Amino acid sequence: MTATSSGHRGLVMEEPLLFEQDADGRTGVDLPEAEGRKPKLGGLERKGRIGLPGLSEPQIVRHFTRLSQKNYAIDSGLYPLGSCTMKHNPRLNEKMVRLPGFAMAHPLQPQQTVQGCLELISTLAHWITTLTGMPGVAMSPAAGAHGELAGLMTIRAALTARGDARKTVLVPESAHGTNPATAALCDYKVESIPANERGRIDVDALKAAMSEDVAALMLTNPNTCGLFENEILEVADVLHDAGAFFYGDGANFNAIVGRVRPGDLGIDAMHLNLHKTFSTPHGGGGPGSGPVVLSEPLVPYAPLPYVVADGDGFRMVEHDDSGNSFGRLRSFHGQMGMFVRALAYMMSHGADGLRMVAEDAVLNANYVMARLKDAYNVPFPGPCMHECLFDDHSLKDTGVTTLDIAKGMIDEGFHPMTMYFPLVVHGAMLIEPTETESRESVDQFCDTMLHLMERAKAGDADWFHEAPHLAPWRRLDETAAARRPVLTWKPEEEKGEAA
Amino acid sequence: MRYLPHTDADRQAMLGVIGAKSIDDLYVDVPRSALLDAPVDLPHHQGELAVERALSAMADKNLSGANAPFFVGCGAYRHHVPASVDALIQRGEFLTSYTPYQPEVSQGTLQMLFEFQTMVAMLTGMDVANASMYDGASGTAEAVLMANRVTRRHRAVLSGGLHPHYRETVETYARYGDFEIASQTLDPDGVQDLAELIDENTSCVVVQTPDVMGRLRDLTALAEACHAAGALLVAVVTEVVSLGLVTPPGEMGADIVVCEGQSLGNPMGFGGPYVGLFATRDKYVRQMPGRLVGEAHDSEDRRGWVLTLSTREQHIRREKATSNICTNSGLCALAFTIHLSLLGEAGFTGLAGLNHEAAQRAAERLAAIDGVAVLNETYFNEFTLRLPRPAEEVVDALAERGVLGGVPLSRLAPDNPALSDLMVVAATEMTTDEELDVLAGALQEVLS
Amino acid sequence: MSDRLYSKDHEWIEMDGDIGTIGVSDHAQEQLGDVVFVELPEIGRAVVQNEEAAVVESVKAASEVYSPVSGEVVEVNETLTDDPAQVNADPHGEGWFIRIRVDDMSQLDGLMDEEAYQEFLAELD
Repeated sequence: MTATSSGHRGLVMEEPLLFEQDADGRTGVDLPEAEGRKPKLGGLERKGRIGLPGLSEPQIVRHFTRLSQKNYAIDSGLYPLGSCTMKHNPRLNEKMVRLPGFAMAHPLQPQQTVQGCLELISTLAHWITTLTGMPGVAMSPAAGAHGELAGLMTIRAALTARGDARKTVLVPESAHGTNPATAALCDYKVESIPANERGRIDVDALKAAMSEDVAALMLTNPNTCGLFENEILEVADVLHDAGAFFYGDGANFNAIVGRVRPGDLGIDAMHLNLHKTFSTPHGGGGPGSGPVVLSEPLVPYAPLPYVVADGDGFRMVEHDDSGNSFGRLRSFHGQMGMFVRALAYMMSHGADGLRMVAEDAVLNANYVMARLKDAYNVPFPGPCMHECLFDDHSLKDTGVTTLDIAKGMIDEGFHPMTMYFPLVVHGAMLIEPTETESRESVDQFCDTMLHLMERAKAGDADWFHEAPHLAPWRRLDETAAARRPVLTWKPEEEKGEAA
Repeated sequence: MRYLPHTDADRQAMLGVIGAKSIDDLYVDVPRSALLDAPVDLPHHQGELAVERALSAMADKNLSGANAPFFVGCGAYRHHVPASVDALIQRGEFLTSYTPYQPEVSQGTLQMLFEFQTMVAMLTGMDVANASMYDGASGTAEAVLMANRVTRRHRAVLSGGLHPHYRETVETYARYGDFEIASQTLDPDGVQDLAELIDENTSCVVVQTPDVMGRLRDLTALAEACHAAGALLVAVVTEVVSLGLVTPPGEMGADIVVCEGQSLGNPMGFGGPYVGLFATRDKYVRQMPGRLVGEAHDSEDRRGWVLTLSTREQHIRREKATSNICTNSGLCALAFTIHLSLLGEAGFTGLAGLNHEAAQRAAERLAAIDGVAVLNETYFNEFTLRLPRPAEEVVDALAERGVLGGVPLSRLAPDNPALSDLMVVAATEMTTDEELDVLAGALQEVLS
Repeated sequence: MSDRLYSKDHEWIEMDGDIGTIGVSDHAQEQLGDVVFVELPEIGRAVVQNEEAAVVESVKAASEVYSPVSGEVVEVNETLTDDPAQVNADPHGEGWFIRIRVDDMSQLDGLMDEEAYQEFLAELD
């Protein structure tokens, strides 16, 4: 790489931290003068400086614009992350959430003044329950993992109400890490269920693990291998016969929305990630929204608060007189901003369009699998659902790993696929193109993947080990970062003191 | 359908490559009884205009801080957000990017989060902060879980001044996480002693300042009492702007500080998404929940950032993780960071001063109404009124007159009769003299 | 030939009187990759055979270190806190984790010597 005197590389601008651009007397806002009143703070006035930097608005706009340019994004290219559903984020949704009637409404206003907000929540709940074929939905969870927590707490509340103190939750080996982490948060013992040779849950192993102590199974369907659990009805029977509940992780709902209703599969509770299936933006790691649908026996135990239609209007129930609800999970009643976006998305697609969403998502994934299967080993035969899984068998003896392929993809202008997950295959590569990618775009992605495999087989391991060569940054030393964590910026004089 | 690029010809050609006759061939693993042959019973697709009309009609039904005199607080606040904040967070490279697991193509988000962490640590007076939680209440529950891990104890003491929603959230996590809660009942007439509730099993004391009634509290003695008993002090701040004027909890001895960060950069938005701030001392960093960004260098020795200390998290530690949190509040943290950087030191402290003065003006004006008393000796930008009638009725009567006058405490804690005549009123830099005139006039009318 | 004994979980123990020094094997450190953090028990804690005594972390993995025998922790290798890389550089020497006073010497009988451990590793491949 040719060094430049500025540190910039063409359009990739070197950008210092905000704190390194600080100058006394600069500001990005003009505020009115204070009156100079005597404070009523009881002597608790802040004494020292906070240390915040001073910058002007143009500097700040440039700073964050330059930072943004160092990010990959759906807006700039295909995002093949399996189980993440990185689809196009329509801008209509952004416009709708900014309507002042939504954006400037306070969660503690009198309910008669926010009937439009409550109507929106109620309408979205109706779409969700209809699409899932479930009788109820708890809207408040803030993200998928929070939805899992709400679902398991609902299950535990229902079990407690019938005097049943079960202590175990079953989780397949292929499960996302949030499943066992959530079960542990609810004080459940986690027991792992192996996959069979077809990449599905081993029903015999499930039967063997069943006992009076099992509260629930947490199963993602389609599962994290991108496969539909074809024995799911039997799985549901096994659970229900033993008095256990069936928790479905809805992270992969995009494959079946409008075509299959979880309510028809025997599921008792399932969270939906509005930031996956219903296109609310990922925003570099959130916010999400994780409403959890509930079966009839679980509905009474749903978390607070919830919205009910009441006469001509809507009412939010914030306190539960029945004593059934398991309680509150967060400050207010839900990710309203995500609700508005998701409803705009659902109404835009309609029942007909959402069905096409699932079908095109499944089509794209099967197309990727068909185009790559001769070059990349497919551990479990298809058809797959909305994502396809490869392992690293085809890379054997090339000296190139799954990680190297991923870093090579960065040089080719693509965000890497999900790697080393699920854990049930070696060197996993999980690819989810989503329905919003055109055939041309998917073809270009496949061509690139095929090229990288050829390159690996041609003995180009050294190139891979050094990749990415062309990204704004080369491989970062995560080991050194973890050994001596630097988690905040400190002024030079304080750094000196610490050393 | 405007969001779906495939033509029918594309679909046919792609099915050909796959070797399938129809899409249904790809759903063969779905039990036939569960595969829907027709669309579900919901409206069909609509163009932008139709959707926009339908949603605008709902939005227009609401009274809000945009069209009514507005004094509502208690955990969410109406502040002015500079125009450039929204312009920048809508850049597609921020809005539509994923969690920054691939550092080489995510330096924008990573650097921003490093700046966020640094600013949160500065505001709270702590050593380190994470890359955000969902909101203040869930962050508070996570703080208690963390204190339980650090101290290996299982009893949390909650102050009566803690926002009742926060208390209920912690109680929910406790009920299912198998630990004990000792909650004080909110006393409107005085600051209660918390130290006497600490015992040898206590992992932490959770205290909010300003509290739900707006009262400030010096935490220094309480921190000492906690530490003497081997417990941690968790400080909760629901109005982060207060930290521009008030001594931060870190300087008063807090071990974990949790804030609701909505006030900076994020609209009230009828309750979410918000951004929880979570800060602690260096020595506890490995017990923290949530993502952390750390400085790193690449193979050409250029400074960059990576997600670090990930072994605490669910994707590696699974059932032994410090939390199950995965997706958090990235974009809200970005809005927070941009707003706070626009303010800078002078702007942030200046903004806090304007809030405090607005509240003083409001308190003086409302206290002059017959039968109305301000209970607070101290406050930042919200305070509690004692009214001669049940506060819920008063708030409803004000709403009928088009005024959003405050929060009746009975709405948050209906089981505490001592609160029935109390209303919390918030004022910010947005509050105009005209709004205050309307509120004062309406309140006088309602009470007379 | 050392007197080091190994467990099937890839920990080693070396006895000096009734004090056993415990660490992870060369094979284990290789599997872990670059170690970035080590969590050690408090002195005085009782550790139980085949149960967690310490935690060792690389960037992308965390593993428990199981005690091959039961006993009371009498010393921990504090230098690993500042320099966890020693676990990779010298797993059988400077990279030791803890010293315990062994409760029941007969528990050592179930462990493998160097030769048996090497055979055990060969079978794993």
